[in-house]
Amino acid sequence: MALDKATVARIATLARIKVSASEQEHLATELSGILTWIEQLDEVDTTGVEPMSSVAAMRLPMREDVVTDGNCRDKILSDAPAPAHGFFTVPKVVE
Amino acid sequence: MTALTDLTIAEARQGLRGKQFSAREMALAHIGAMEAARPLNAFIAETPERALEMAAASDRRLAKGEALALDGMPLAVKDLFCTEGVATTAGSRILGGFTPPYESTVTARLWQAGAVMLGKTNMDEFAMGSSNITSAYGKVESPWRRPGDNRALVPGGSSGGSAAAVAARAAIAAIGTDTGGSIRQPASFCGIVGLKPTYGRCSRWGIVAFASSLDQAGPMTRSVRDAAIMLQTMAGHDPGDSTSAPLLVPDFEAALTGDIRGLKIGIPREYRVEGMPAEIDALWERGIAWLKAAGAEPVEIGLKLTKYALATYYIIAPAEASSNLARYDGVRFGLRVPGETLDQMYENTRGEGFGAEVRRRILIGTYVLSAGYYDAYYLKAQKVRALIARDFAEAFARCDAILTPTAPSAAFAIGEKMDDPIAMYLNDVFTVPVNLAGLPGISVPAGLSAESLPLGLHVIGRAFDEETMLRVAGVLETAANFTARPQFPLPSREREGPVAKRREGEGARDA
Repeated sequence: MALDKATVARIATLARIKVSASEQEHLATELSGILTWIEQLDEVDTTGVEPMSSVAAMRLPMREDVVTDGNCRDKILSDAPAPAHGFFTVPKVVE
Repeated sequence: MTALTDLTIAEARQGLRGKQFSAREMALAHIGAMEAARPLNAFIAETPERALEMAAASDRRLAKGEALALDGMPLAVKDLFCTEGVATTAGSRILGGFTPPYESTVTARLWQAGAVMLGKTNMDEFAMGSSNITSAYGKVESPWRRPGDNRALVPGGSSGGSAAAVAARAAIAAIGTDTGGSIRQPASFCGIVGLKPTYGRCSRWGIVAFASSLDQAGPMTRSVRDAAIMLQTMAGHDPGDSTSAPLLVPDFEAALTGDIRGLKIGIPREYRVEGMPAEIDALWERGIAWLKAAGAEPVEIGLKLTKYALATYYIIAPAEASSNLARYDGVRFGLRVPGETLDQMYENTRGEGFGAEVRRRILIGTYVLSAGYYDAYYLKAQKVRALIARDFAEAFARCDAILTPTAPSAAFAIGEKMDDPIAMYLNDVFTVPVNLAGLPGISVPAGLSAESLPLGLHVIGRAFDEETMLRVAGVLETAANFTARPQFPLPSREREGPVAKRREGEGARDA
């Protein structure tokens, strides 16, 4: 499948990655090449095959619904790029 | 006597317990070697002060006769494992400034067993790559060179810094992670042993996630026995990882009996891929002959979907990566590049923070998961994955282990094969199917290429049967008798060498 520049721009927006207009052309070619290559999977007959999402032959384990961690706000915030007053901060989202 | 930096873990264990040398001397010798290996750029961070503290604790236990399994062993840690108080980068700009407030389960187990942390090793960004050229912290060079050719070679990837450090004798062993071959391919390129355990054998808790259904941690060592010793400590159930297998860990070292009589060794005919160099085929034939001479029986098996494994991987791994890497948003940790709005801040941060290969994979992953394409790509790949796993299950009904080459070539020079992402992906053609099926695999150095570079053979085991896999690998190791070593560092350092002494008085440079 050949991707055009508009599709690259759309995927980049979905992925929240800034891609400059000058890079879109090159990326479209590169990603189209990879997609064309992976489309060889169409040759495989998968009729009636259940998709495999994990190789772990086990059910997800359950545990008691209790608090096991916490009271470490400052530790958590210690890596934040712009913490303030005990919170993470982001640019203003509400006018 | 042998330089301390040339010892295997098994040898050092004996020497430390027999009081022939101390953990401090081991640490100093390796800190010196790590410093001498700086031209390779194998380490992102060196932690000599921490190493000496940990070695002192080991010496106290050794003096009391209370030695732990890995007391005094100086290890290098791939910079994908979170280490409390030591910056962890995943080789990416986007984790700049991130110092984990917690320790990964696997590293915690190693330190609890007395191992000594030397530093964090360089890697392809977010473990995406086969050559170690995508790190934001610069490319890693292999300690190996082609004779008469001074061009730097790649160490393989993504655990290339770990492989280079072990091959250059800058660490007695290292840990890496393997999502599609990232332990085994660099081990093959650098002439060391690399083991990827069964999915679920080692906890993924505290390891920066790439593709969660494929990632596994494993040891990189200079002998099969050392890989068994390391795995013993690394493995085990951890409630912190919901896919960690609640199984008892067998005695891996005890599995190295050297007796493989009667074992059936599967030889998959589909692994004779088009364009494979004759020397790789010849090495494989030698491996088959060695196992046969030791009493095993080679049996031809079919893994008919092998040729589709890479394409399957390059849908599933990017899809999982695009989801896992969504967490790098400039809000809670790592890099933030300001923007007018929240979305612009996300886009600027991720646009600047991710390198070209990571961006490529996130975009592919986003596309194959997007509305309208999910069934055609992602669901299709999950179905082919089921068939690949079924292929292996059927093969293992007829054999006890599988023998293949590790990689389709020896190491290449930095700059070669760099233009075409798909050509680069082909490095992992023999290792990727093992991750898709969740099986254990090990690469053992088995010979040299025509250019005098290491080549590995690859043993694949049944799920949770690392023991048989290790036993076969041990026999291969003995038969191959691989003694070649890189011409790096040039003179072998003595245990009380001048470098070690100079380091003693220096201040800490922990990152």
